[in-house]
Amino acid sequence: MISKAILGKKLGMTQIFSDTGEALPVTLVEAGPCLVIQKKTVNNDGYSAIKVGYEDIKENRLNKPQKGQFTKNQLAFKRYLREFRMQDADKYNVGDEIKVDIFQPGDKVDVTGISKGKGFAGGIKRWNFKRGPMAHGSMYHRRPGSGGATDPARVFKGNKRPGHLGAEKSTVQNLEVVKVDPEKNLLMIKGSVPGPKKSLLFIKNTVKSGK
Amino acid sequence: MDLLTSVEQEQIKKDIPDFRPGDTVSVYTKVVEGGRERIQVFEGIVIARKGGGLRETFTVRKISYGVGVERIFPLNSPRIDRIEVVKKGKVRRAKLYYMRKLRGKAARIKERD
Repeated sequence: MISKAILGKKLGMTQIFSDTGEALPVTLVEAGPCLVIQKKTVNNDGYSAIKVGYEDIKENRLNKPQKGQFTKNQLAFKRYLREFRMQDADKYNVGDEIKVDIFQPGDKVDVTGISKGKGFAGGIKRWNFKRGPMAHGSMYHRRPGSGGATDPARVFKGNKRPGHLGAEKSTVQNLEVVKVDPEKNLLMIKGSVPGPKKSLLFIKNTVKSGK
Repeated sequence: MDLLTSVEQEQIKKDIPDFRPGDTVSVYTKVVEGGRERIQVFEGIVIARKGGGLRETFTVRKISYGVGVERIFPLNSPRIDRIEVVKKGKVRRAKLYYMRKLRGKAARIKERD
């Protein structure tokens, strides 16, 4: 169950100097404000959650059923809609705003996003295979090697092979929040997060022990 | 200005003196020793400036008891109290890595006005 969660957009990475003078690598995230669009209750839906929207969008970009979700309660139109299975979903009301100030510096968070697509990647990039010698006529540079024993006369399922890499949902756990700026809706998270710049991120309190 | 550059601009120091590779500088760094903070000076020739913006660093080389010592400082680090330009040098390279091979008289740098 989630106690704190917000949607955001990755702005890019930079470094900041800590109080002790160390340079910390940080990812800048523009997070929220998120609008509560709908409340799901145990009676009505079988589980409790809140549906939130993030980032304004022009009305003409949405079709009629999409618009209906907002116009029902006279809310602003939002580009992204996500459901949060919040611990205390009852506390939220439709029309509430979730802002970045739910997080404090020092909090640990998990960040979920869609990783950068790498296309069709070989075994070395995709599975960290070792490569062969590059010189002395080896002729065996970046090939995947054996696919298994010859006796079954087939390759077993789940074998590590070249194929599509990236562009999938990915979570980085236990990242530290370094700085929060509620005025600019800015969140600084130590370390890297999945995805390219401008991509949607889901930030929540970590499932790991501690904070 | 987007948020990323504004965050970087906030941290960039504005009181850094103009110095180039070849110049002799004194770098006053803050050192924490047993809970107390004091200032340590590192004086030598700037042999390189690398990177840009917030991430810029510079390398200072000096000969200490006959041994060459190089220190790389982040230009915008809060641990640097101040930088003083002692001497301006005239050089024809941006990176003075050839200084590492030179000793004594050969390792001098002409002064620039």
